[in-house]
Amino acid sequence: MEKSFIKEFETIVGEQYTLSDRESLAVYGYDSTPELESVPGVVLLPGSPEEVARIMRLCHGAGVNVTPRGSGTNLSGGSLSAGGVVVQTSRMNRIIEVDEENLTATVETGVITSALHREVEARGLFYPPDPGSMNISTMGGNVAENSGGLRGLKYGVTADYVMGLDTILADGDLLRTGGKVVKDVAGYSLNPLLVSSEGTLGLFTSITVKLIPKPQGKITMLAHFPVLQDAALAVSAIIAAKVIPATLEFLDKVTIKCVEDYAHVGLPLDVDAVLLIEVDGHPVVIAEEAAAVADICKKHRCSFFQIAKDADEALKLAAARRTALSALARLKPTTILEDATVPRSCIAAMLKVIQDSAKKYNVTIGTFGHAGDGNLHPTCLTDERDKDEIKRAHAAFEEIFDAAISMGGTITGEHGVGLAKKKYLPKLVGETGIRVMRGIKNAFDPKGILNPGKIF
Amino acid sequence: MDYVKLINCMRCGMCLPVCPTYRETFLETASPRGRVALVRKLQEGELDQSEQLLEYLSLCLDCQACASACPCGVNAGELVAEFTCERKAETGLGFMEELILRKLVPHPDRLESSMVPMRLYQRTGLQKLVRTLGILKMFPKPLERMEGLLPNLPARPLRQEIQEVTPAVGTERGTAGFFLGCVMSLIFSDASRATIKLLSSLGYKVITPRNQVCCGAPNMLGGDLAGLKDAARANIDIFRRYDVDFIVTDCGGCGAELKKYGHHIEGDSASAFSAKVRDISQILVLHADELRAQLKPLDLKVTYHDPCHIAHCQGIRKEPRDLLKLVPDLQYKELESADACCGSAGTYNITKPEMSDQILKCKLDAVRASGAEILVTSNPGCLLQLKKGLADQLPGVRIMHLTELLSRSMDA
Repeated sequence: MEKSFIKEFETIVGEQYTLSDRESLAVYGYDSTPELESVPGVVLLPGSPEEVARIMRLCHGAGVNVTPRGSGTNLSGGSLSAGGVVVQTSRMNRIIEVDEENLTATVETGVITSALHREVEARGLFYPPDPGSMNISTMGGNVAENSGGLRGLKYGVTADYVMGLDTILADGDLLRTGGKVVKDVAGYSLNPLLVSSEGTLGLFTSITVKLIPKPQGKITMLAHFPVLQDAALAVSAIIAAKVIPATLEFLDKVTIKCVEDYAHVGLPLDVDAVLLIEVDGHPVVIAEEAAAVADICKKHRCSFFQIAKDADEALKLAAARRTALSALARLKPTTILEDATVPRSCIAAMLKVIQDSAKKYNVTIGTFGHAGDGNLHPTCLTDERDKDEIKRAHAAFEEIFDAAISMGGTITGEHGVGLAKKKYLPKLVGETGIRVMRGIKNAFDPKGILNPGKIF
Repeated sequence: MDYVKLINCMRCGMCLPVCPTYRETFLETASPRGRVALVRKLQEGELDQSEQLLEYLSLCLDCQACASACPCGVNAGELVAEFTCERKAETGLGFMEELILRKLVPHPDRLESSMVPMRLYQRTGLQKLVRTLGILKMFPKPLERMEGLLPNLPARPLRQEIQEVTPAVGTERGTAGFFLGCVMSLIFSDASRATIKLLSSLGYKVITPRNQVCCGAPNMLGGDLAGLKDAARANIDIFRRYDVDFIVTDCGGCGAELKKYGHHIEGDSASAFSAKVRDISQILVLHADELRAQLKPLDLKVTYHDPCHIAHCQGIRKEPRDLLKLVPDLQYKELESADACCGSAGTYNITKPEMSDQILKCKLDAVRASGAEILVTSNPGCLLQLKKGLADQLPGVRIMHLTELLSRSMDA
């Protein structure tokens, strides 16, 4: 990028927050997506919405691309830029307000998700979305990707909590959508459009989210299943029995072994699958629900059923699931994590497809995930230096995505399309889908400078 | 360097929120993930060994909080240290490094003599005069900082005073070899005296070999792997002459280094040595009931700072807290982010004063919020850094080594 142009950025955000040395650019060339890298032209760390607007005006005038980035934990390559401007939002990290009367919180875009959790939970309130990276992911990133997490089944995902957004558009203008009102039918609903826009429609500067009362109690359970299909059937049976657990997570044999090696929480090594189940709410209700869950698991031939004795044990069991991805990653240098999602009634069929594909292409795939909402994480353990195996891994995943689509599911439940899933999107949404999306993109960003090349 | 260690990093970012320098700067280059990537790209030839790259790597405190957080077992701090060692092996040590790491540190007598002028400086009242007149402003900044960090020195280093054998009180249950840390002996001799007292009152005969040498941690810090190996061989040889059940230290930095001798040096004697090394807290918790019986009430609000070399490098977190909770009437307050570095990190507080001060400030804010009147820790680097920080910014809070507090409770 030209020196004179970089100087202009320096006058906006300051020299300290304008990074253009070779070393900095090199390490902003990745996020958490395996295999993908591209070096940006400059990295900026603005400190205020005004600075973001000025950056956008400058880039809009010059026709320069802009890609927003939080902490760089994106899993679909969405925060990568080839030669353009990367705007890192981390410095805008104030929790502006927790409104206990309206049950909302308003935060700046760079606030870390778990920091919001701590702040609202100290007041007896609850912000449910809890993506795996919540200790470092930013709220802006969560909104842009519509992040899910372990509690999606009962509480939904980020989109279900976003009430208001301040968004800086491609030309630097501020778009204010929604607010603190529960009902609002004035014009198009733009919030849902901006959520999961992956940085292609605008840069969020402030986010207002809905809060709910913190559940009074929680019961954490663990069930071991010698046969994988039984675990999958148990998931469907629990939901069919009208129990909606806050968490209904699945770990397969490969994953169990890795988690146990890493976290030593006493997971059994001789079973095919483990379900981590949490029910939360009123103590009387959850006791009944836990009993129902226990009954269903036993009917589905679980070999062991465990209820966490105390909060410490519950935390340990939940931590085991939370470390699943990372624990898998210890086995091999490269980890390709996908998030194919199917209607939950198809979980058993989907698990079979994953196993068959892994076998067919001779690759190791560990599967864990949010079985309760049909969102699985088949995770291929490989080595980026083994080009042949990488090729086979992608072939296996292609089959898995095709199967997900044929079951009425989707290619990505929570990681976004970004660069990684781009080629599969037309298969899912068809020509009409792509045409409508392009139309929306053009309405927001006719010059196409916002995170170009992502999604479609 | 083993390339696989570098590509094992899957860039998940779990290390970012625990890295003190990332938390201060939000810069990828100042994060463990970024440092691993820098070293990797250097190896792959995508980057050169530029001044800028070395500068970025030098911001690492080597606190290893990232290693505790990393799910894939990558230790970014250690990788940076390893890189520095490899680089120094090629370029050789600088004049001052050679002087300090080879001529001074490995020789306890020389090290002790070098402190004599400082002791005189403090005792003759010269220090007071110098500070009053602000003369230090005329010297380079690092010197001024060093002078400021130094607390009042004991009359003599512990190594010169302590008897080689301290008998067990009552029935002897075993023999503990005591490893004297240089800084503990030179500056915090009261704490080490307390450590020996605790061991002997719990039935250990304590052997403190006089000729032991520095553990080698400063060599490692300076990228002098050969110097570390010399130190290791000397200490292994010295302790082999005594029949000890454990080798105990009350210095977190020494403990972490001694436990790695087996990793750096081939052969059974090094791994046998390392296998015997214990932090003092690990020994004391073994005898919690007997210790409790000897402790008297201390009505104090106390909090604990985890030294990186104890929590992250040795994985010891529970033991010190359990020990503090043995003291009757003591009100234990957990510190927010207790295992975050205090910014001391070897000589970091002298070489990177600004970053060190920012990191220290976070720690002091947490101490203030805890409401504690006494801050306990168990590593001399942290003691130096926090003692100065408290004196400047939180004069109401006192700092003590874990064994000092326990010994006080014993004598109360």
